[in-house]
Amino acid sequence: MPVKLTRAVAAAAAFLSAPVLADYHVDILPPATPIAQEIYNLHFGILWVCVGIFIVVFGAMFWSVFAHRKSRGAQAAQFHENTTIEIIWTVVPFVILIAMAYPATKTVLDMKDGSNPDMSIKVTAYQWKWEYDYLQDGVRYFSSLSTPREQIEEHEKPGPKKNPNYLLEVDNPVVVPVGKKVRLLITSNDVIHGWYVPQLGVNQYGIPGFVKDAWFKVDKPGRYLGQCSQICGKEHGYMPIVVDAVSAEDYAKWIADKKAKMPPPPAPVADATPAAAAPAEDPNKKWSVDELKANGAKVYAANCQACHGAEGKGTPPAFPPLAGSKVANGPKGAQIDLELKGKPGTAMASFAQLSDADLASVITHTRTSWGNKGGEVMPAEVKSARK
Amino acid sequence: MSTATHAHDTHGHDHAHAHDHHGPPAGFSRWMYTTNHKDIGTMYLWFSFAMFLMGGSMALLIRAELFQPGLQLVEPQFFNSLTTVHGLVMVFGAIMPAFVGFANWLVPMQIGAADMAFPRMNNWSFWLLIPAALLLVGSFFVPGGAAASGWTLYPPLIIQQGMSIDMTILAVHILGASSIMGSINIITTILNLRAPGMTLMKMPLFVWTWLITAYLLIAVMPVLAGAVTMLLTDRHFGTSFFNAAGGGDPTMFMHIFWFFGHPEVYIMILPAFGIVSQIIPAFARKPLFGYASMVYATSSIAILSFIVWGHHMFTVGMPAAGNLFFMYATMLIAVPTGVKIFNWIATMWKGSMTFETPMLFAVGFLCLFTIGGFSGLVLAITPVDITLHNTYYVVAHFHYVLVSGALFAIMAGIYFWLPKWTGHMYSEGLGKLHFWLSMIGFNVAFFPQHFLGLAGMPRRIPDYALQFTEWNQISTVGAFIFGFSQLLFLYIVISTIRGGAKAPDRTWEGADSLEWTHLPSPVPYHTFETAPVVK
Ligand code: HEC
Ligand code: HEM
Ligand SMILES: [Cu+2]
Ligand SMILES: [Cu+2]
Repeated sequence: MPVKLTRAVAAAAAFLSAPVLADYHVDILPPATPIAQEIYNLHFGILWVCVGIFIVVFGAMFWSVFAHRKSRGAQAAQFHENTTIEIIWTVVPFVILIAMAYPATKTVLDMKDGSNPDMSIKVTAYQWKWEYDYLQDGVRYFSSLSTPREQIEEHEKPGPKKNPNYLLEVDNPVVVPVGKKVRLLITSNDVIHGWYVPQLGVNQYGIPGFVKDAWFKVDKPGRYLGQCSQICGKEHGYMPIVVDAVSAEDYAKWIADKKAKMPPPPAPVADATPAAAAPAEDPNKKWSVDELKANGAKVYAANCQACHGAEGKGTPPAFPPLAGSKVANGPKGAQIDLELKGKPGTAMASFAQLSDADLASVITHTRTSWGNKGGEVMPAEVKSARK
Repeated sequence: MSTATHAHDTHGHDHAHAHDHHGPPAGFSRWMYTTNHKDIGTMYLWFSFAMFLMGGSMALLIRAELFQPGLQLVEPQFFNSLTTVHGLVMVFGAIMPAFVGFANWLVPMQIGAADMAFPRMNNWSFWLLIPAALLLVGSFFVPGGAAASGWTLYPPLIIQQGMSIDMTILAVHILGASSIMGSINIITTILNLRAPGMTLMKMPLFVWTWLITAYLLIAVMPVLAGAVTMLLTDRHFGTSFFNAAGGGDPTMFMHIFWFFGHPEVYIMILPAFGIVSQIIPAFARKPLFGYASMVYATSSIAILSFIVWGHHMFTVGMPAAGNLFFMYATMLIAVPTGVKIFNWIATMWKGSMTFETPMLFAVGFLCLFTIGGFSGLVLAITPVDITLHNTYYVVAHFHYVLVSGALFAIMAGIYFWLPKWTGHMYSEGLGKLHFWLSMIGFNVAFFPQHFLGLAGMPRRIPDYALQFTEWNQISTVGAFIFGFSQLLFLYIVISTIRGGAKAPDRTWEGADSLEWTHLPSPVPYHTFETAPVVK
């Protein structure tokens, strides 16, 4: 059992070394917005009120435990019921509570006041990634976990050294300018998710069919990390949020950059879930079937595997298998359509944000792997289907 | 409180001969067909313990996976099933049945009744638990695995899963039916079968808290049944209660669920209050400080529990007025809860205390439940909750109220009444060892989770970022200490049943309810066939 043994040793070593590299954080993370600061203060206040009450009340109890024991010869007094005392210990907590509710009320009202935002971002949650749509600046993209899978899967053997921001890193972070009031319009495409970035003081469910709002205004440039806060299926632990707060100039540059990488939005596809713009590529590149297959495996691993499984077996009944699927073995047109538009009302979202070549590759991959006999699809076919 | 007429001569016949003609039938049919409240109470308690070990094993598997970042032991989907079924099993299989077991044993004896009002229904409400448990646990073995949506069963996530969900829904229905039958039985028994002179305001507090709990159960179990039935029809019969595309609203499920869910947490804690309210005076050798105010505090908590459900939903995006209402209402519950804590401490004050195992668990309860109450108060503050919702802070909070609250009270109650039930004393040394191991293990396991939550670690995740490693490792070590010390508890209970020093009839000097003053230890199979007279 050398594997088991090494793992046990590794685990023990990790445990013993804990005090050395320790991160024994015991407090709310440093706030980065005025609201988060208010939350921080509220927590601090109520924490100390509780500690104070605890010391007084349990000081009395422990004194009694110490002094009023039979072994010390204590005789039981027989007193009970005392209206004065009972009124006092009802009224005093009540007053303390009012004192705590007052500042909290102010913060609740502040948090709800999303009026006059400087900009709005529509956030759509998917199983298991986020889509950000900058409503004023016309930038739109997906953001998903970028930690390599081999750092995560350690069932057989310990993975390679984990990135410093293991599980809290994404391919495309959210970028916002500092000092601007950013309003988030949060919704979901499938199940309930939660957009949660503690240092920004935002934790808001994305609920399918409803748009909820939240807002923040970051003071200090910096990178703020968060995660999905509401259980949303098997990859719930793997849909982080990264927010980069930058200066106004850097933000403008970033927007220009993003836009340059995107061709003008394609003609709207029928009534499909709106398609994000596909990245530019060399339209004249000729793809061989083998190239398509090789590229398709990569695209599949990044976009489809979480639901349909590495071996195309899916996780029925939620996510159907693609091995032996009627669609992957049926007419090409139907599958191209499905990938472009998604299937509304199910977790199968539109993948129109992928380039023609990537889509053709992944479709080819699904139609030629695991015993499927659907045959390959060329980028040109995807291109014409987009029209 | 109630003064005894006189021991022994009130229970019909001399107990030395009781077993000859009124003893239980032997073997399996004794348990299968029994209508005896003591037998049924025993079965409830063993069932609860079995489920506790089952749910506990799942918890330990969860904690083992969380010992280090990365996935070492389980797959994420299975991990989600583990948390979900752990939660459901602990709530519906371990804690609730344990209290019903106590009610069965104690309510008739404490009010001077011969048995429960509906003995046959009592048998039925126990045996219903078995198929429900089989459905819950069996759902691990169907395609797609057990429910993986969290014990809150939120749609649309839950709609995606397979037949395990239908099994879970059926299990919840059966458990609900069992609870409702149990509650009707308890209410009827308390209201109709009290011995002459046992007025409502003379009843031991355990009976009072159960009376109120039973009303809560009858009020909310049908609500849960309605919610899961809507899930079922959404899944199979084309309705869209919770599906926005069909005109429904997933948020509605949360409202309905938590309208059940918050009273449910009081269902799990009020009987615990009752048990502790009997143990503390017994070991302080001093009457409870404010009996009447305890009754009123319990009732106000029960009533308030119906108007605070929204504190579980501060992040769905309710309007400010909604958030504020639920914040104020939730904070208000702290007042009657405080009254209870103060009462217990005033009872201890100037008592003549000893600290046998039941009292240790009761004092442990008092300290740790209060910590859970304080973290509850922190979470009641809407803005603070928003930053802590669905993080490990919440996991810490509800384990402080459920484990060191409800479960510690159950342990305290078992040690307290075991001598009465079995006629034998348990081993005080081992009992104390069990207490200290539980106390230490529990705090090591759950206190660090506050820190994890404050640092933003979400709950229900199988893997986490590196900065959470240290506290998670400590938590796992504590969980294993806590978990394995429960095997010691099992050993103590079994060896007490098998033998041990003879327990005096009034085992605890300061205990004064009817089962101590009027009945021998062990209690005969039938008691109070002629009602005692309470002065
Ligand atoms: C979030 C989970 C998810 C992801 C990611 C996903 N799918 Fe799907 N997919 C589904 C679901 C759910 C269905 C079933 C929809 C329905 O009810 O008909 C589906 C159906 C399909 C089908 C039809 C299967 C059949 O036999 O009916 C194909 C083909 C397919 N997906 C391909 C893909 C490809 C290619 C990708 C990656 C680009 C992908 N899916 C990514 C969830 C997903
Ligand atoms: C051995 C002692 C216990 C340990 C180590 C333990 C551990 C855990 C862990 C690790 C979780 C998962 C947290 C998450 O990822 O969200 C959890 C959830 C939960 N536990 Fe326990 N637990 C124990 C006992 C109990 C008891 C006695 C109860 C009593 C009711 C209980 C009720 C719950 C509930 C309701 C959940 C939430 C499930 C969900 O997320 O849907 N636990 N517990
Ligand atoms: Cu999630
Ligand atoms: Cu609640």
